[in-house]
Amino acid sequence: MLALIQLIESPIDPAAVLESVAAGEAGAVLLFVGTTRRHTLGRKTASLDYTTYRPMAVKEIEKLASQAAEQWPLLAIAITHRLGHLEVGEASVAIAVSAPHRGEAFTAGQWLIDTLKEQVPIWKKENWVDGQSDWVHPGLTTPNGPPQTGSERVE
Amino acid sequence: MFEISIQLFAVARDLAGCKTVTLTLPEGATVAMLREKLYAQVPALVPLAESMQIAVDQEYAIDETLLTAAQEVALIPPVSGG
Repeated sequence: MLALIQLIESPIDPAAVLESVAAGEAGAVLLFVGTTRRHTLGRKTASLDYTTYRPMAVKEIEKLASQAAEQWPLLAIAITHRLGHLEVGEASVAIAVSAPHRGEAFTAGQWLIDTLKEQVPIWKKENWVDGQSDWVHPGLTTPNGPPQTGSERVE
Repeated sequence: MFEISIQLFAVARDLAGCKTVTLTLPEGATVAMLREKLYAQVPALVPLAESMQIAVDQEYAIDETLLTAAQEVALIPPVSGG
């Protein structure tokens, strides 16, 4: 099965990600695009910076693609994650899958983005409009505040 | 004894003020011993200790994993991609 994995500094082209999973046997082609949100728990974001441990992130995404291909009858998978500096409203991640039927495409796409967000070593920093910046680390306990919760994560 | 470098990312890099930390470990050292030594050598990272994972050769490792000099080690804070 074809799996295209990209970690890129340039803007994501969702149409190209979608096109890369086209297959004659497909009855469904699903595209998920995650975008950077303006507000997190009422606080306003000006921009975001994404960083990664690249070789491990590539390996972890490859594992996700393999696991998805074992669980569902997928024809192709494409996962592209943006890195570096992003403005609000830009695409930070795009995941496309093609499958014979829509059910498995939806399920696999949901599983891929959910699991990517839990396992792949990529981190974002919120640059708030007030000039402060914070790394987002869900569940992290620090001496200066309560643990970050899942709801503080930005899609 | 052998030396091993630990790559730091995101909040860990900011708190430590460096991209890597080099530790000296005894032969037969495990990930658990590396954690102990890391937090002793870089106290700025102690507040994160409970939440960190260790990667060895680009794979999530458990505390019992044995370490050798040639391995690539990284400290992985809770991830927030997507």
